[in-house]
Amino acid sequence: MEFKTFVFYFLSAILVFAGLRVITARNPVHAALFLVLAFFTASGVWVLLQAEFLAMALVLVYVGAVMVLFLFVVMMLDINLDRLREGFWSYLPLGSIIALLMVAEMGMVLGGNYLGFLESGVRQTAADESNVQAVGRLMFTEYVYPFELASVILLVGIVAAVALTQRGRRKNKAVNPSQQVFVKARDRVRVLQMPAEKRD
Amino acid sequence: MLAMACLILLLDLFVKDKKRTLTFVATQLTLVATAVLTFAMTSADVGYTFSNMYVGDLLSDLLKLLLYLTVLVVLFYSRGYILEREQMARGEYYVLVLFATLGMMVMISANHFLTVYLGLELLSLSLYAMVAMNRDSVPATEAAMKYFVLGALASGLLLYGMSMIYGATGTLEIRAVAERLDTGQVDRTILVFGVVFLVSGIAFKLGVVPFHMWIPDVYHGAPTAVTLFIATAPKLAAFAIVIRMLVSGLIVVSSDWQSMLILLAVLSMAIGNVAAIAQTNLKRMLAYSAISHMGFMLLGLVTGVVGGDAPFVSISAYSASMFYVVTYVLTSAGTFGMILLLARNGVESDDLDDLKGLNKRSPWFAALMMMMMFSMAGVPFFVGFFAKFSVLQSVVAAGQLWLAIVAVLFSLIGCFYYLRVVKIMYFDQPIDATPIEAPMDMKVLISANGLAVALLGIFPQALMSLCAVALLRSL
Repeated sequence: MEFKTFVFYFLSAILVFAGLRVITARNPVHAALFLVLAFFTASGVWVLLQAEFLAMALVLVYVGAVMVLFLFVVMMLDINLDRLREGFWSYLPLGSIIALLMVAEMGMVLGGNYLGFLESGVRQTAADESNVQAVGRLMFTEYVYPFELASVILLVGIVAAVALTQRGRRKNKAVNPSQQVFVKARDRVRVLQMPAEKRD
Repeated sequence: MLAMACLILLLDLFVKDKKRTLTFVATQLTLVATAVLTFAMTSADVGYTFSNMYVGDLLSDLLKLLLYLTVLVVLFYSRGYILEREQMARGEYYVLVLFATLGMMVMISANHFLTVYLGLELLSLSLYAMVAMNRDSVPATEAAMKYFVLGALASGLLLYGMSMIYGATGTLEIRAVAERLDTGQVDRTILVFGVVFLVSGIAFKLGVVPFHMWIPDVYHGAPTAVTLFIATAPKLAAFAIVIRMLVSGLIVVSSDWQSMLILLAVLSMAIGNVAAIAQTNLKRMLAYSAISHMGFMLLGLVTGVVGGDAPFVSISAYSASMFYVVTYVLTSAGTFGMILLLARNGVESDDLDDLKGLNKRSPWFAALMMMMMFSMAGVPFFVGFFAKFSVLQSVVAAGQLWLAIVAVLFSLIGCFYYLRVVKIMYFDQPIDATPIEAPMDMKVLISANGLAVALLGIFPQALMSLCAVALLRSL
């Protein structure tokens, strides 16, 4: 067995195991951590396919940013898992029937040709050209229009988030120095005249 | 357009004006300016740019001009409504409208599956936010949430379908896909698999059964001004992407998507019309009617390529569909405009009961509303009749008599609830007899809208031939 094949199977095994654990783990934090592991091994598989840009993006974006946020949310929300699980057994028959139907339909459509995919080899890239460069070049030449559009979508996301969460201007707590200077003792301290009380 | 949207966003920062008049005016001016630009650049031949990702042809020009007009009218209608609502009377509303319009423009002149998708996302993201604008209203938040979750699912389906098509043909450019398919050297199973997902995604965005669940909730829950927007302009863009993706891209597998669309169309006419009868809320009723109208529109698309791909037959069927969409947009703009007009003083009036005795309160508005309802029902000599008629004509011409019969049957059922609105307006006693006041601009605009419905009903030829010419030049 070639070394590469071995690495592939090794990574895939970890990937499948991690994926399974994501949906079976009882503790949501554990599930999220297994998802991180799954992303990590998936990026390893990408590297095997010589797609180092995808591998880097996966690690940076998903592991670095998305999953950290996800973990925060999971830790902050106090989800009652038992209540979520309550309906599981009653929904299971219907859900499994639908799932089986969908799998059967997809199988019928795809049929035996599916195995043909595995044969198609990945085109080997030249050693001196990294695909980070290639992606960058394409992104700013041929695909500049969709790229710009994607940035507009992000802008809309910002505008929408601000519009939905900002509730008016917050009360400003800063002090005004010029008013402070002109403050007089009279304004601050009030002397009350109270009759003295006698103690019994 | 994009530049102006950004500019307005910045401008809004400095405008302290409570009424946001400046933002409003600037938004409208942007729309007019873009319309002028588009009109000036209209040319009869097809042009591509941005490495074939953008296409400019007569179809896109016509649809874009109609789009600007719709958005312009929508903004005029909704101005009074959103001014009365603290949360919505902010610059972001206009900015989001502009971004949504930009998204629709991208969709209309997309020549690449990727740009279709991006335009769609731009549109939907703006719409989600607009639905949720009125944060203190529980139905609006619920509607936004439903719309967002289901919309994200549909986008996923669409994207999956696109990736399958890419897998089958090796390209995402719509013309190139068509060429690649013509050679016949593609993996058909993957292609069909992709087409199924693509059609489901589109069906969701159009809101046809069985992907219609979000429509009633969103129409009902969203602020009426936003409902007006969702109900009108995006339909034009959705029609454009259907034409671009299915007709000019995947015409070779038309037999596959046609049978799917027939099923969708019949189901949505059935469920839309029957469910609308049971509604007491006007907005919800119109939502179901929108479902049935979209089903009707799909009929025209379905019949496009029957009979040996004769170009003449197909063009007339598509132009019938396009005419249908345009008239539907016109009519529903008027109808929702009327609901907005009635919803004065911060009170919604979207129940059927609120229309009781409208004739006594304001005969002219009642007459306008009657025109809209007649047009939607397809009563002769209003524009809706000719739209339905031309679609049915193309269905019969394609030799699918049973489809035409089913369509007529369901529109007859649909007549019931439209006519019920008219009956309520004219024969029921009003609950409160205060006459309706409306600002002058609103009055003029809604009258113009109503008269357009009536006039186009008498002279439908001009618009119809315009649609036909645009499609003939572009396909």
